[in-house]
Amino acid sequence: MVITFPHMGKMYIPVKALFDELDVDIVIPPKISKKTLEIGLKTCPEMACLPLKINIGNYVESIKRGADTIVLSGSCGPCRFGYYGVVQKEILRDLGYDVEIVILDPPREGIKEFWERVKKISGNSSLYKGLRAINKAFKVCEETEKLLQLVLRQRCREVHKGDTDRIFNRFEEKIRKVKGAQAILDCIYETKEELENIAVDNKKRPIKVGIVGEIYTIIEPYVNLEIEKRLGNMGVEVHREMSVDGWVKFHLSPDIKFRRRQKRILEEAKDYLGLCIGGHAWETVAHTLNYSRQGMDGIIQLLPFGCMPEIVAESILPTIAKDENIPIMTLVVDELTGEAGYQTRLEAFVDLLHLERSRKENEFGKVLSWN
Amino acid sequence: MSLEKYYLGIDVGSVSINLVLMNERQKIVDKLYVRTEGKPIPILKKAMEDLSLRNGENIKISGVGVTGSGRDLAAVMVGADVIKNEITAHGVAVLTFYPDVRTVIEIGGQDSKIIIIRNGVVSDFAMNTVCAAGTGSFLDRQAARLNIPIEEFGEMALRSKSPVRIAGRCAVFAESDMVHKQQMGCPPEDIIRGLCEALVRNYLSNVGKGKEILPNIVFQGGVAANQGIRAAFEEALGYEVMVPEHYDVMGAIGVAILAQKEVERKGSTSFRGIENMKQDFKARTFECQDCPNSCEIVEFKADDKTLARWGDRCGKWAMKIEEKSELRSLA
Repeated sequence: MVITFPHMGKMYIPVKALFDELDVDIVIPPKISKKTLEIGLKTCPEMACLPLKINIGNYVESIKRGADTIVLSGSCGPCRFGYYGVVQKEILRDLGYDVEIVILDPPREGIKEFWERVKKISGNSSLYKGLRAINKAFKVCEETEKLLQLVLRQRCREVHKGDTDRIFNRFEEKIRKVKGAQAILDCIYETKEELENIAVDNKKRPIKVGIVGEIYTIIEPYVNLEIEKRLGNMGVEVHREMSVDGWVKFHLSPDIKFRRRQKRILEEAKDYLGLCIGGHAWETVAHTLNYSRQGMDGIIQLLPFGCMPEIVAESILPTIAKDENIPIMTLVVDELTGEAGYQTRLEAFVDLLHLERSRKENEFGKVLSWN
Repeated sequence: MSLEKYYLGIDVGSVSINLVLMNERQKIVDKLYVRTEGKPIPILKKAMEDLSLRNGENIKISGVGVTGSGRDLAAVMVGADVIKNEITAHGVAVLTFYPDVRTVIEIGGQDSKIIIIRNGVVSDFAMNTVCAAGTGSFLDRQAARLNIPIEEFGEMALRSKSPVRIAGRCAVFAESDMVHKQQMGCPPEDIIRGLCEALVRNYLSNVGKGKEILPNIVFQGGVAANQGIRAAFEEALGYEVMVPEHYDVMGAIGVAILAQKEVERKGSTSFRGIENMKQDFKARTFECQDCPNSCEIVEFKADDKTLARWGDRCGKWAMKIEEKSELRSLA
């Protein structure tokens, strides 16, 4: 049995840790590229959302490298993602691939059912070994996210342009070669130390932008045309609450503190949206409000073309923008490779935020001088 | 010998290339509007030569700014002091001439935008998203269908007594609607007026969606030449819509102003000089085969010297990338 899984940002790191610990062979799909997208476009229904198409591309590329079992994280949320597993199974069968698909989602039957599914893909591991592996994978997941957050902090402050990206690129090359959770963790810690030691301008007060929207689009840099890198290299500090780590903590782990915090953020948005309407619409609205109250300069919503829950959220955001007096921009991504329009919008938005900040500071200055 | 300083603004758009020569008191001395015809390099080169011929040798260009979707290309060719996105450039220009403006409607060849200005600063903007209905290209195409020169389009629309209703949400629907009304025997001016109204409706419900459109309203971009569209806007909004004198080159004016500020700040210009525009500019593309992304790399040369490369996602080919990103963040 050789397992593979779809890409979603840096999710492959904890997944690799999990299977390494279980002594199960895996194929990490090649980095998402134009080829991946092309496979998806050719084989998937035209009106399906972008993540589904790219997932299929990942599978096909991995199957060609020897994978025979696909593990997919699922969600019971009422958006099209809930059908991914089944639809993707059909598509792969039509293409003539005989593979097994195991869906890992927060099952209604509880942790036991989850464990059954894990057992199916965990070789002949004992209960002890299995739990230990999961525990370690959680740790890797958490540390990966901490590293990603550090990247966001350092990139906009680096003195020598490109330091952060260079170190992180090297990390991604290294991580594919090491084996076992501990080795992965060591690699993460090492990179973290390297990043902490680059020359940064700590006095800088960068423009802060919060990213909200559909989780896959936010996390996967190929899909969002590397928005974090683009903004970071313009000197903007990117804030991103959504993460694989957050998803795992919210759905799979018993981290009560984290859940409470997320629930509180969601509840605070009840004047705008007070229930889950599918996908991440509620989170989008709630995080927008939360970011605004945290003092972000602006917010960018990202959604894949045709994403129903996000379209609903998009129509709520202008009200928040007005009530909270904060600029919000929505960017729709699809199978586009023309980056000029995207870059123009980002640059113009950042210009706007700079102007807005200096206007606010001038007003503040005036108030002070009256005293 | 004139001692006055001049600043050049260049807007390389999808449909046209606009050049503006501005003196240091921000008065427009000369402007040039030429069609891009899909060949930005030779057309820009020729436009620069024409501009220098028209204004004689004694004009000293002290700074250059570039904008438009071809701004990166143009920046390398001329050696720009400022590279700025179209939205900011338009905002700067309009605020210079109309300090009291609160809404800017901009409709160009491939895109249309709305800029909301409050208290003299840009506070919000939007651009058309996935569809080109409601832009100049759409009008161009329909004018060609009806065999009417685009320049006469607006005037004809004004002559209409009872405009017909045409679907504006999609260029394909609009076309089939138009054919239908044509075959019913509706006069062309009524159809044209109907088209103008459809475009305005589409603009307001797509680009202007959710935005508070308050006077004073300025309408600019190539389509602002069309009086029919202007009238349709005034009717739909209920306010007067102003069209600036240099409505078609506002982006170029914006970057010329920004270039002046930048040169005054840093004390010198990066302009490569008019005489260097005679160089042989060549662009070559190749596919990088180092990873499955197969990025299309563009290499840009003047005579035999490589000026820049771009198009790579990983950044290893773009040797001038640092300089460029520095320029972007200025002004």
